[in-house]
Amino acid sequence: MQLTHSYAEPGLLQRLNLADGLYAILLLAVAGFAANRYGAYMDGYEKAILWGSAGGMIALGWYWKAVRLFLPITGAIALFATQVYNGNLATAGQAFWLKYLIASQPAIMWMSALFFLATGTYWLALLGRSEFAAQTATALTWSATGMGFIGMLVRWYESYLIGTDVGHIPVSNLYEVFVLFCLITALLYLYYEERYRNRQLGAFVLLVISAAVGFLLWYMLERQAHAIQPLIPALQSWWMKLHVPANFVGYGAFSLSAMLGVAYLLSTEDTSSKKPFWIAATAFVGIALLLRTAQPFANADYWSNASATIAVLMLIEANRGRLARFLPQPEMVDEIMYKSIAIGFAFFTIATILGAMWAADAWGGYWSWDPKETWALIVWLNYAAWLHMRLVKGLRGAILAWWAAIGLFVTTFAFLGVNMWLSGLHSYGTL
Amino acid sequence: MRRQSVSRALFELFSSMRFAISLLTIIAIASIIGTVLKQNEPYPSYVIEFGQFWFGIFEWLGLFDVYHSAWFLVILLFLVTSTALCIYRNTPGMLREMRSYREHAGESSLKAFSHQTEFAIAGEQEQRVAQLAQWLDARRYAHKRQQRSDGSILLAGKSGSLQKLGYFFAHGAIVLICIGGLMDGNVLLKLQQLSGDKHAETRDLPQSKVPSASRLGTGNLSYRGNVTIPAGSSADVVFLNTGEGYMVQELPFDLRLDRFHIEHYPTGQPKLFASDVTITDKATGKSQKTTIKVNHPLVFDGVSIYQASFGDGGSKLELAQWETLGVQTRPRMLPARSQQNFAYQAGKQQYTLEIGDFRLFNIENVDTPPGQHQSAMQDAVAVTAPKSTKNIGPSIQFKLRDQQGQAREYQNYMQPVSIDGRAYFLFGMRTSPGEPFTYLRIPADETGKIDTYMRLRAMLLDKSQASGLAETAASGTIGDKVQNAAYKTQFRQSVEWALDRFAHGGFPEIDRFLQTRVPADKREIVARTYVRLMQGIAVEAYQRVREQAGQAREDITPERFRFVIDSLVAISTSFDYGAPVLLQLTGFDEVKASGFQITRSPGKNLVYLGSLMLVLGVFAMFYIKEKRVWLLVKPHSVLFAMSANRKGSDFDREYQQNSDQLEQLLKG
Repeated sequence: MQLTHSYAEPGLLQRLNLADGLYAILLLAVAGFAANRYGAYMDGYEKAILWGSAGGMIALGWYWKAVRLFLPITGAIALFATQVYNGNLATAGQAFWLKYLIASQPAIMWMSALFFLATGTYWLALLGRSEFAAQTATALTWSATGMGFIGMLVRWYESYLIGTDVGHIPVSNLYEVFVLFCLITALLYLYYEERYRNRQLGAFVLLVISAAVGFLLWYMLERQAHAIQPLIPALQSWWMKLHVPANFVGYGAFSLSAMLGVAYLLSTEDTSSKKPFWIAATAFVGIALLLRTAQPFANADYWSNASATIAVLMLIEANRGRLARFLPQPEMVDEIMYKSIAIGFAFFTIATILGAMWAADAWGGYWSWDPKETWALIVWLNYAAWLHMRLVKGLRGAILAWWAAIGLFVTTFAFLGVNMWLSGLHSYGTL
Repeated sequence: MRRQSVSRALFELFSSMRFAISLLTIIAIASIIGTVLKQNEPYPSYVIEFGQFWFGIFEWLGLFDVYHSAWFLVILLFLVTSTALCIYRNTPGMLREMRSYREHAGESSLKAFSHQTEFAIAGEQEQRVAQLAQWLDARRYAHKRQQRSDGSILLAGKSGSLQKLGYFFAHGAIVLICIGGLMDGNVLLKLQQLSGDKHAETRDLPQSKVPSASRLGTGNLSYRGNVTIPAGSSADVVFLNTGEGYMVQELPFDLRLDRFHIEHYPTGQPKLFASDVTITDKATGKSQKTTIKVNHPLVFDGVSIYQASFGDGGSKLELAQWETLGVQTRPRMLPARSQQNFAYQAGKQQYTLEIGDFRLFNIENVDTPPGQHQSAMQDAVAVTAPKSTKNIGPSIQFKLRDQQGQAREYQNYMQPVSIDGRAYFLFGMRTSPGEPFTYLRIPADETGKIDTYMRLRAMLLDKSQASGLAETAASGTIGDKVQNAAYKTQFRQSVEWALDRFAHGGFPEIDRFLQTRVPADKREIVARTYVRLMQGIAVEAYQRVREQAGQAREDITPERFRFVIDSLVAISTSFDYGAPVLLQLTGFDEVKASGFQITRSPGKNLVYLGSLMLVLGVFAMFYIKEKRVWLLVKPHSVLFAMSANRKGSDFDREYQQNSDQLEQLLKG
C-alpha cells in the first residue's frame, strides 16, 4: 500500500496548498459580497454567471498558479480606483491616480505602451540571446496585461457612473473587445511561456498584440471609439457576458497559433530554391509602393496593403530557417501551435453555440446565416479541417504552419472584416 | 458483383477523410458567397444592381438565397452522409480499441516502439508482477494480465479510453445538428411547392382572401414569418416570405397588441422596445396578458414570438394644405390617417395621395467636425462622448401619384429644424426611392410659425400687388424728384418685369431671360442688380405683410433681412417642388405598430442536444489522453513500452517519469 502513495500521480485537488485555499476563499468572499450588495439588480442567470465565473477563476488559479496573484492584485487596484472616484466621473480629470494611472483610459494607454515595450524587449532578447532582457519582457507583458485588466474593470465601473441604465460589462463594442483580445492573447502566451519554460516565442506573439494595440490607438484617436455608449436593446442580455469572452479566447488562441506558425517557418530549414520568393517579394513591395504613391484608382490603398501583406508572406518563405539558431526546437513550436489551436477551437465552438442560443432569444432563430455567423462557421470549418489533417492524417510541419499562419487572415476577416465590409445583424462595431 | 463493387467504392469515397475535408472546404467557400452578396433582397433590386443577364444566371444558381438553394442543401446532405458513414465505418474498430488491452502484442513489436526500455530484475517473477500491477493501479491504468507460453507474463494497461467517446460525441453531434437544422429549414415547404400542393401568392391581397393553396395550417412543423400589428388590433396569421411571393401561415392563437413602448437614452440611442400583448388560445379561448421585449421572447404552445421591429400603425394626422406657389394666406385643413391611400385633388389635377409612415421621433446625427490630434489626446482620457444626436421631432412621408402613375415622394417635418442657427420648416422631395431627399427650406418667423412666409409669398406672387410694390420700390430707391420721372418709370417697369419673371420661375427664370437679352460681359453686373432689386422689393413686401396683419413697420435687422432672403430662395426653389400643395403636419394622434417574428422550430432541441454533445466531444478528444503501457515480465527482465495516439512533450515527460519510477521500483 506504500506503493500507491508514492507513485500515484496526485490529482489537481490533492496538489492544492494553503495559498490555493486562501485564494479560493478570497474569490468566494468577493462573489458573496457582490451577490449580497447587487443581488437585487440581478436575475437568476446573472447570479449564476457571477458564481460560475468565481468558480471558473478559482479553478484557473489552481491550475495556473500565476493567476492567484494576478487577479487579486489587479482587482485590488481596480477597487482602489473605484474608491478614488467617489461616485463622480469628473474625478477622473482631477485625482492624480486616476488621471495618470488607473482611470480606464490611462490604464489602457499604459497597457498599450507596455505592450509595445514588451514587443521590442522580446526581440532584443531573441536576437541578443539575453535571458535578462527576456525576463524583463515577461515582466513587461504581465504589467501590460495587468494594466489592461485594471482598465477593463474600471471601465465597467465608469459605465455605471455615466448612468445606472448605461452601465454594462465592457465587451459591447469593437474598442472594448480589442482590449479583451490583447489581454486574452497575452495571457494565453504567458501560460505557454511558463509551461514550456521558453521566452523566445514572445517576440512573435507580441507582434500580433502590438498590431491590435496599434489598431486600438487609431480607433480611439481617429474615431473617438473609446466613449462608453449605452447598450441597444439587442445587446441587453446576460448572454453577452458569456458569448463575447468565449469568442475571444478563440480569436486570441488562433492569432497566437498563427504567429507560432510564422516562428515555426523561420526556424525550419527548407532546401528548395528561395530565389522565386525573393523576386516575388520584391515585386510585391514594388507594387505596394507604386499603388500608394501613384494612387491610380480608388481604393488603391487597400490593394497596396494587400500587396505588402503578400510580400511579407513571400519574405517568410524566402527566409525559412533564418532564425533557427535563435528559436527553440521546431517540435516545441509545433506542439504549442497545436495546443493553442485546440483550445481556441474548443472555445470557439462554445462561443458559436452560445451565440446561436443568444440569437434564438434575440433574433428569433438560432441560425440566420448572418454574415458574422457564416464567417464564424467558416473559421470553425477551417480549424476543423486543420485539426483533422493533423490528428487523423498525421500531417506535420511547414504545411500546417503555413495553414495556421494564413488562418490569421480568415480569423481577422471574421473578427474585423465582416464589420467593415459586410452588413448584418452584428451591428456593434462598424468602423 | 460489379454493382456491389460500385456501391463499395461509393461507400469508401463517402466515408473517406479526404471527401469529408473537401466537403468542409466547399461548404466554407459556398458560405462566403452568401456573405458577400446580400441575401433575400427583393428581386428588382438585384436586377438594378447586376442587370438582367447576370440576374438570370445568379437566380438560376440560387445565389440570392444560397443557404436554402438545392445545391447547398445537397452538399449539407453529403456532409451528414459522410459523417454518418464515417461513424458507421469507425465504430466497430473503435469499440474494439476501447475495450481491448492489446494484450497480444509480441515482444519484438514492443521492442520496435519509440518509447520502450528494459529493466533487469532479480527475485520471484510472480512477486514482481504483483508489484507492477499495484504500480499500474497507482498510476490509474486499467490493466489485464496475460500468461505467455514462453513463461513470460504480460501486463497490458490503458487509460483515457473515453477519448474515443469524444469522437462519437463530436461526429454524432454534427449529424444531429444538421438534421435539426434541416427540420427547421424550409425543406418541407419546398417539397410541398415542388409537388404542386402549395404555391406562393404574388398578388397583394387582403389576408382573408388568400386562397388555400397559399395557406398553411397550424400543423405545419416549422416556419418563420413576420407580422405587423397596429396598437389595438390583433393577428392570427403570419406571412412567410418565399422570395417570389408570400404564404400565409395560420397560428394556433390570436395575438393582440395592446401597447408598444419605446424608450431612448438621453443620448438618443434606443433603450427599450417592448410590446404589451394579449394572447388568446384559439383552442381553449383562454387569454393571457404579457410583455414581449427584445431578448425576451414569448413562447406559446411551441411557437416563439419575438419583438422584431416597430413602426407606425396608422396614426391620425392633421395636415394644413398650402398652395406651394399661390396667393392663399390661410391653409385648408385636411384630416388624414397614415398608411392610407385616397384620391386627392390639388388645383385642377387629380392625384392619389399615398400617406406612408408617421414617425414620432427622428433621431439625427449632428455631425461634429473630426477632432484634431491634440484635442483627441486630451479627450482620450474621458469615456463620455459629447452628445452627437438630437431628436428633430415628428415627420410624415407620403407619395403624390398623378394620373399617369408617376409619383414623387415627400417627407415633411412638423417642427422647424435649426440649421446654422436659424429655424426652417423642411419639406423633402425625391423623384425615385433610391435618391436622397432634397429639401425645400421655409424659414420660420419670429414666433416659430410658417405664416409670415406664406403671406410674404402671397404678396410677392400676387399680380395685383406688383405695381404697388414697384412704385414704392422706385420711390424708395430713386426718390420723388421730378427730373427723374422718366428714369423712374423705366425703373418701375423693370421692377414689375422682374417680379413677373420671378413669379413665373424664381431666380432661374430671371437668369434665363438675362442670358438671352444681356451681352455676356455685362450679364453678371446686371444679374447682381436684379438680385439686389428683388431683395429690396421683398423687404418692402415684408413690411406690407406686417401692415396687413395690423402690425407696425419695423427696422430691418440682419436677422429679419436674412428671413426675407431665405423666403426669396424658398419661393424660387418651390418651382422645383413638383407638387401644387405643401402638406404641413400640424397635429397627430399616434398609433404605433409592432412587428413580430413568429417561429416554430422543433429542430431546436435536437440542435441544442447536438451542441452539447459537440462541446463534450471536442473536450474529450483534446483533453482526455489515451495511453497504453505494456510490462512484459520475463524471468530476468521487464520490458516496458508505452504508446499514445497523440505523442508530444507531455507524453515524453510521462514516459520518462514512468521509466524512472519503474527503475526505482524494480531495483529493490
